[in-house]
Order: sequence, then structure tokens, then C-alpha cells
Amino acid sequence: MTVNTLNAKNLAAPAANVSAYLKSRARWSPFEIAFWVFAFATIWLFPGKHLILKDTAILALFALSLDLILGYAGIISLGQAAFFGLAGYFAGLVAKYGIVNEPVVALVLSGVVAAALGFATSFLVLRGSDLTRLMVTLGVSLMLGEVANRYSNITGGADGLQGVDIEPLFGRFRFDLYGHNGYVYCLSVLFVCFVIVRRIVYSPFGLSLRAVKGNPLRAAAIGIPVKWRLVAIYTVSAGIAGIAGALLTQTTAFCSLDVFSLERSADLLLVLIIGGTGYLYGGLIGAVIYKFLQDWIANLTPQYWQFWIGLVLVVLVLIGRDRMRNWIGTVRGAVAGVGVRLLPRSITLGGAAPDGP
Amino acid sequence: MLTILFDGVAYGMLLFVLACGLSVTLGLMNFINLAHGAFAMAGGYCTVILVNRIGIPFALGLPIAFLVTALIGGLFERTLYVHVYARDHLDQVLFTIGLVFMSVAAVDYTMGSSQQFVQIPEALQGQFNVFGVGMGKYRLLIIVVCGLLTVSLQLILAKTRFGSRLRAAVDDQRVARGLGINVGAVFAVTFAFGSGLAGLGGALGAEILGLDPTFPLKYMIYFLIVVTVGGTSSITGPFLASILLGIADVAGKYYVPKLGAFVIYAIMIAVLIWRPQGLFARATAR
Repeated sequence: MTVNTLNAKNLAAPAANVSAYLKSRARWSPFEIAFWVFAFATIWLFPGKHLILKDTAILALFALSLDLILGYAGIISLGQAAFFGLAGYFAGLVAKYGIVNEPVVALVLSGVVAAALGFATSFLVLRGSDLTRLMVTLGVSLMLGEVANRYSNITGGADGLQGVDIEPLFGRFRFDLYGHNGYVYCLSVLFVCFVIVRRIVYSPFGLSLRAVKGNPLRAAAIGIPVKWRLVAIYTVSAGIAGIAGALLTQTTAFCSLDVFSLERSADLLLVLIIGGTGYLYGGLIGAVIYKFLQDWIANLTPQYWQFWIGLVLVVLVLIGRDRMRNWIGTVRGAVAGVGVRLLPRSITLGGAAPDGP
Repeated sequence: MLTILFDGVAYGMLLFVLACGLSVTLGLMNFINLAHGAFAMAGGYCTVILVNRIGIPFALGLPIAFLVTALIGGLFERTLYVHVYARDHLDQVLFTIGLVFMSVAAVDYTMGSSQQFVQIPEALQGQFNVFGVGMGKYRLLIIVVCGLLTVSLQLILAKTRFGSRLRAAVDDQRVARGLGINVGAVFAVTFAFGSGLAGLGGALGAEILGLDPTFPLKYMIYFLIVVTVGGTSSITGPFLASILLGIADVAGKYYVPKLGAFVIYAIMIAVLIWRPQGLFARATAR
């Protein structure tokens, strides 16, 4: 921002300028509102597709958690599956032994447990290069996988956690085979988490994270506590990944060792890359594209769909993510331009702005 | 006890031959190549086809596996990898994971998903008994071959002109370029050679490590441990790291079989926290 040029004038004006700028950035655009209206409309539009839509919502939430640390804090991680899996098993065990019966409470608790693990391991990713971070995050999730395998009397080992009986939601809505209630539940949780994450990202805290990503040394020089910001965002991200994992366990009433696998973390990276990092909707759009791509390819060649996923990755990188993002940016710009021209600004934006700076 | 040590050393030697190419690519180009295991798998399957189906002697199959994998590695380097060197680490990780997925599915498609075994000659089966220590003949062969390879690698790096160019390029790429060293060419040759070594390791190790389409995924983490723990600035670092890893893994599987790889991962994380640059790395200026 142009803080330097503004300094010459009196000091109150720039502060007001900055806060007005931040507020205008944080407004919900008509594009976003349309996105969520459509997302909730799918509940009635595609009743036959609720199972895959439910998986998509969980994947989108999971990708959102990775976007927080990758797109906003610049931490490459191959270990998001650790939080996903831990919370998944936690939610499963809590329901199996009837410790916490209400799914929503169990969900929040699982998120807290995952966040605690995130906090504990966040100090490990603060040091070292990208490769060290990759290895440490991957190592943590593989270690958890080994532990789950070791204590198979509790976790069920390679057979997975069975006999999980999830109580009806709020005591009324039972998770059915066709995923109707499950989908509404997952989509609502996704939306709530999205709103929270969006609030975090557009706050001054979120801006400081972007500064850290851009240049940690300079960020430290202007007084941002780099270490603690990274610890905080890693913890939040772990919590959200945990909620995604708990959702999967609750809606499928099952949890198996593959929640910790490397493939899960790698697929997650792919999802985020398809959608693009650092603008929150990347994970959501990526999850939709990925799930339907996977569904389509798996129908064509059930056994070898991994090959095509790999091909997509290689081609994506060779074409260049930046070029892709420029295309998307052009399309978005054009659509947003049309939207602004069609709808008077005061009506569309006024009511939707969140409270506070 | 000594048998475990012996097996561990053999396993570690094998890991070193598999991973040393990776260590050079990482040190030289700062390139994270997760697909290194795919080349090892290519070497293994190449030997399976040559020895089991065509009936070429095992001793001849190994060098051919080396050459074929080196050729594939060189080809991939010139056509694909070359475009990714300048990108950030995220791109490199994505690109190479994509290659791993493709190789896994492709091998599954062509060779089937079951585990493959190389028919090793009868002269190499069985055990010696030296002072009460049982030593598998095949493992002894692995130690001898890998030991020779290590010594010759060290000699090439330390004594030859190519070796000094490579070391110069690893130490400071820009200055090396400025001195007229063709870093790209040096790198291409090294990449091909490293892939070839991985292929040879895969061929030798098919008996011990097991060979199935998920090989690159299963052993990727081991190669990366060797490289990160050993550091990338020398050849002795990864060598010591792989011997340690080999012994720790064999001993771990023998004494605490239920904990499996847990011990390995825990040690790796501890080492990386303690020395993020690697256990045997010099303090680098970069």
C-alpha cells in the first residue's frame, strides 16, 4: 500500500484510508453471494447426487484448511492428513463408546483436539527449508498412522473402526443411507467454517500473514511477530482439517487407516492447485472439479484413474499455475465487470458487508 | 545380533545406491524429486522382464537395467524436468508426485499389481557361516557391489575433472556458470547417472525390498530420509545416513516388530528439529 506517500499528510487521514480500504476488500461481492446461494440450492436441485456432493463438501473444507497455511502463510505441507485422521478417529471413538452423543458437540471437540495437535506440531514446521517442512509434516502423519495401526485393539487396525453409531443430529435428523441429511449437515458446517476463515483472512491478522508469506524478514522488521503468527494459523488450519475429518467419520460411520495416507495429502494439494491458492474459493472450486473428474474417470477406467490424476498434475505444472490463474482472473474480472454493470452497487453491496473493520 | 547388523548394513548400502542420485539432484539444483523411486522401480521391472521372461543371466541383467534406467532418466530430464527447475518447490512437488502416480498406474496396467520376484542364480542363494554369524550370500553380494560403487563414486567425485565440476556446481551454481562450466550439461549427465544407479539399486533390491507397483510410494519416504538426514553437500553424509537407517530399520523390525516404522519417523523428526540442514552437513552459507 502507499503508506509512504500518505505519511506526508496528517496522520489521521491515512488510518481512515487504510481502514476504508480494508472494509471495501472485506465486503461480500455479488459473485460470492451467488456462489453460496447456488451451493445451498444444490440441496433441492440434485437430490440424487447427495452422496458425492457430501464428499465434495468435506473435501472442500479440507482443502480450505490447506489453503490457509499454503496460500496465506506459504507453508508447504504434506501432512494435513494427520489432523484429518486424528479428528476422524476421535469422532469415531467418542461416538462408539457413547461419550459425547450429540454430533455437533463431538464435531467441535474433534476440531479442538486436532487444533491441539496442530499447536504442538506447529513448532516443528517453523524451522528449516521447504524440504524439511515437507518431511516433518509427512513424518507426523505417517507416525500417527503407525500408532493407529499398532493399537488395533482400539482403532480396529487395518479393518478400520467399526461399530460406530452416530446419534441423530440435534436428536432429530438421523444420517441416512442416501446422504440427504449428511449433505445438508456438511454444507452448513462448510459454510460456517468458511465465514470464520474469511473473517480471519480479511482481518489485520490475515494481512500480516500475507506479509509474512511475501518476505518473513521484512515482516519481522516492521514488527510482525512472525513465529507466533505462523503458530496461530497452523493451529487454526489444523482445527479445520480436523473438523473435515470428523465430518467424514460422522457421515459414513466408519474410519480407516487410509485417513493418514500420503495419497490423501497429495490429492489435497492437487485439489487446491486446480482451484488456485490464496483466494479461499480455490479449495471449494477445486474440490468440485476434482470430485467430478474423479467420478468420471473412475467410471471410464475404475482401476487406473490414478494415472490420469497424475497426468493432470504434470500438465498443470508444465502449463504453469500462474498462467492458469491469469486465465481464471480474466474470466472472473469479466464476469465481475458484467455483474457490477447490471446491478447498482449500493443495492448489491450495502447489506452484505460484515460488521466491524 | 551380528546377523542383524550384517543385514542392516546390506540394507543400508542398498538404500544408499538407491538414494545417492536424489541427493545430488537436490543439492545441485535444489530440486525436490519425489519421483526418484519410480526410476528404481523401472530398473527392478526391467530386470524382471530380462531375467525371468527372456532368460538373460542375472549378472548381465544388472548392467542392462542400469543403462536402460539411465536412458529413461536422461530422456525425462531433457524433455520434462528441465522445465521445472526454476519453479518453486510447490510446483516441483506436484510435478513429481504426478509422475509417481502415473508410473504406479502404468506399471499396474502393464505388469499387474502382484509382487514380482527376480530369479537369482542358485550360486547366490543360501548362507555362509563365518564365526557363527549367518551371512546370506546374496546380501554379501549386495554389500560388495554397493561398496565398490560407493568407492568409485567417491573417486569420481574427488579425482576426476567431471567430479570437480560437479562439486563446484553444487557449491555455488552461479559462480560455476561464470567460470564457464556448463551446469545444465553436468546436471543432465548426473541426473541420468543417478537414475541409472537407482535402477541398479531397484534391480538388486527387488529380492529384499519387494517389487510391486506401489514401490515408489512405499520407499519415497526412505529416500527422502536419507537425503534430509544425510545432507546434500557431500556423498559421505547420505552414505552414513543410509547405513544408520538400514541398521535401525532392520533392528527395529526385529526387536519391536509391532511399532514398525514408527521409530524411523520419530528419529527423523528429532534429527530434523535438531539439525535442519542434515546430520552430517557442513554449515552452508546459503
